Amino acid sequence: MNITLSINGARIEVDVPPRMTLCDALRQKLQLTGTHIGCEHGVCGACTIIVNGRAVRSCLMLAVQASGATITTVEGLAHGDDLSPLQAAFRRHHALQCGFCTPGMLTTLHALLTEEPYASEERIRDVITGNLCRCTGYIPIVEAALDAREAYQRSRESAPL
Amino acid sequence: MKVTPAVNTFVGRPVERVEDLRYLRGKGQYLDDLQKEGQWCGAVLRSSVAHGRLVNIDTKAALDIPGVHAVITAADLPSVIPTIPFRRPNPTIAPYAQPVIAVDKVRYVGEPIAFVLADSAEIAEDALQFISVEIDTLDPIVDWRASENGATLLFDSTQTNIASVFEARSGDAAEAFRAAPYVRRERFSVQRHTAMPMETRGLLAEWDEATSHLTVWGAAKLPFFNRRAMAGMMGLQETAVDYLELDVGGGFGARGEFYPEDFLVAFSAKHFKRPVKWVEDRREHFLAIAHAREMEAELEIACDLDGSILGMRGTINVDIGAYVRPNGMTPVRNVTQFIAGPYRIANLAFDGRALVSNKTPAGTYRGPGRFEGCFFCERMIDLAAKDLNLDGVDMRRRNLLTQADMPYALATVSPNDGFAETACDSGDYRTTFDQCLNEFGWQEKSPLNGQCIDGLYHGIAIGNFIEGGAAGPRESAKIELERDGSVSVYVGSSGVGQGVETIMSQIAADALEISLDRIRLFHGSTSNLKEGFGSYGSRGTVMGGSAVLVAAKEFLAAFQDAAAERLRVPSDQVTVEGGVARTRDGRSVPLIEIAALELISREATYHGSKQTYTFGAAAVHVSVDPKTGRVNILDYVTVDDVGRVINPLTLHGQVVGAAVQGFGGVFSEHLQYDSSGQLLVGSLADYMIPISTDYPHIRAISLEQYPSPNNPLGAKGAGEGGIIPVGGVVVNAIASALRSFGVEPRSLPLTPPHIWQLIQETKS
Repeated sequence: MNITLSINGARIEVDVPPRMTLCDALRQKLQLTGTHIGCEHGVCGACTIIVNGRAVRSCLMLAVQASGATITTVEGLAHGDDLSPLQAAFRRHHALQCGFCTPGMLTTLHALLTEEPYASEERIRDVITGNLCRCTGYIPIVEAALDAREAYQRSRESAPL
Repeated sequence: MKVTPAVNTFVGRPVERVEDLRYLRGKGQYLDDLQKEGQWCGAVLRSSVAHGRLVNIDTKAALDIPGVHAVITAADLPSVIPTIPFRRPNPTIAPYAQPVIAVDKVRYVGEPIAFVLADSAEIAEDALQFISVEIDTLDPIVDWRASENGATLLFDSTQTNIASVFEARSGDAAEAFRAAPYVRRERFSVQRHTAMPMETRGLLAEWDEATSHLTVWGAAKLPFFNRRAMAGMMGLQETAVDYLELDVGGGFGARGEFYPEDFLVAFSAKHFKRPVKWVEDRREHFLAIAHAREMEAELEIACDLDGSILGMRGTINVDIGAYVRPNGMTPVRNVTQFIAGPYRIANLAFDGRALVSNKTPAGTYRGPGRFEGCFFCERMIDLAAKDLNLDGVDMRRRNLLTQADMPYALATVSPNDGFAETACDSGDYRTTFDQCLNEFGWQEKSPLNGQCIDGLYHGIAIGNFIEGGAAGPRESAKIELERDGSVSVYVGSSGVGQGVETIMSQIAADALEISLDRIRLFHGSTSNLKEGFGSYGSRGTVMGGSAVLVAAKEFLAAFQDAAAERLRVPSDQVTVEGGVARTRDGRSVPLIEIAALELISREATYHGSKQTYTFGAAAVHVSVDPKTGRVNILDYVTVDDVGRVINPLTLHGQVVGAAVQGFGGVFSEHLQYDSSGQLLVGSLADYMIPISTDYPHIRAISLEQYPSPNNPLGAKGAGEGGIIPVGGVVVNAIASALRSFGVEPRSLPLTPPHIWQLIQETKS
């Protein structure tokens, strides 16, 4: 089946089998392998991408369901050569070790902080309960998100939603 | 050329990681991200029966599916089915080795029976259900007592289900117990759980017919050993095989050992002359990755009335699952050798017995045998302190090793698997203990012990641990000057997500006195070096880093010689500093200039078989809800001394991350089986690893007061220490909190229902 969607700012047309999940389509059809598959049953959150502004598990969605959607994957977060403020905060706080859960953490937190740039520590912690990390113990991930809030607050002020 | 900064500019600093730049952009290259032109995808048909005789396998219907190319079973392999080699052989384990595919018998749910090759993973997985397998079931053994009983033997060629017994001895335990004024006997157990990295396992293999060369992508942990194993099993020269590392989504001791699928993937690639890729799914991972930790200990402690520990002895029965895997004996050996941990106990006698059962074979998981041993020992000390009416803090301090005891020989273990004798290397173990008490605020928190506040019972506890590092015998590194003046560093240590590129680059940059951005780091892959070992047993930094130092010394000597020739003076009249060679009369030539003229390449090996011992203490404050059995970790403080800190950022990450894994093992992670040998968990929804809201209150402090005398870096390794003390201190704190009920937990996991039940039992 042919579907058309916008991914990381580019309009893309792709032919996918009806049973193909969105994460498989991104990885196998579009070579966007930054989106990782950790469980294929919607628990680990590694495959999280942003669909029409909301963090979504791409392993629980069929590719055909994404027809017409606007999607951001981890590959679409950096600003050109520079890391985004959230990515830079992750590096500064050592919020990643093996890097496998990181794309899902980044997309989840990017969606959250875009919508709620003043999210509390408790809120941040609560939102990433849907993303499993086996390396860091989560503490530096929460610290990184708190640190990145200011950049989201600034961009909210300069471009009110 | 810029003059580079002085020595030790990078080591010890919280350098942001090099590898993060690609991980954060989604540009990492993990196994499943790799595709090869014309590749076939594999799927493994696994036994659904725990124990039985294979009667028939019919693959016809599967082969009829469009897109399916082949189905491999034992019948398709050479007449003698290869078994997986042991990393550390010992005299009795040979009959318990795992064949790469089930022959005649299946011995655990999940054991590979057939391997389907198809155009895509989806087709291969679809085909699995069209293979019909006939199995005559046999009685399954699902616990160590049934295994010991031996009424059913797993291996027809043996007389016993006990694959090996490790004996650890020190002093004269029998005499110490005879003479002791106080003795207590206890039974403790730890449940089966495992590493559960976020990336499942996978491999891609390609056979090049023209050069008769096998390449395997997806290497981790110990690529060189696996290459040797694979070459032997395939009847190839070692140099005809390469194991290549990609990015690795977590190891924790379980990933990267030689698994049955390694052979099936590589054999298929060679047999069909096609690239073959296999990636495990999560449900499969639960059945196929090495399990760990399942053991029961029956222990005795002997003390003087002042709290001096005179001896410990006992038997630890370890359920190792269906086969002895390459490193399956490591936890068994470790638990016997390390139960006494950081304490000066002169008389020890432990037997660690490895018993086979019809469950997934066991291997190592971060802190193998040490997490369990520390739990046993710390529980025992608290119970003894209560009996003797002593303060647990005083009793521990009295028995902790001090610098005067160093080097302190641990119990000698037989059979000798390479680690029979080892000694703690340096340190006054009271320093981390005292600092931990201070940081934790032991004095202030003590009055809370056993108090009920707003319906929650509070308890605190502290315990000590040692972490063995620097597993020998050697490690290699190569340093090469590139044309553009940059330097390529190759090291045998492998990357499992711990930041090896950054850490080794820091060490190399300091040793070569050049800036970090001029170094490119390559690790792990067998194509880099003639010989290497890898990253396991907290050895990556210590052994690999020391190898980098040795190679750097030789590289700089070669640079000095090359520069002297350019400057037309004898080599001893040239000094090298900051990447520049200078004569006494002020002439100079920088490394970058030599780079354009000649290739300097030096490969060197660091030899070292003396282990290092990071030591430390952990303290915890818990509250327990008696109505639900739920425990909250209100504060957790760990203080360790790692000898030398290379990167405080990554070190801190190791310690905190490991501690949280430890909490998972204490409270929620359980690979539970039913009486027929079926694994009862199959998803991350029912195997509960910690989530972000579970354990937010962790503080970790690392010291470097006692460098190791056993290596030039002074480093001791730090990958495992964070997890080792968790069980012991947490359970002791829960016991303290619930002392008014008389609850004394002896087995993990301490799920809320388990704690609630313990409370109910004491009430009735």
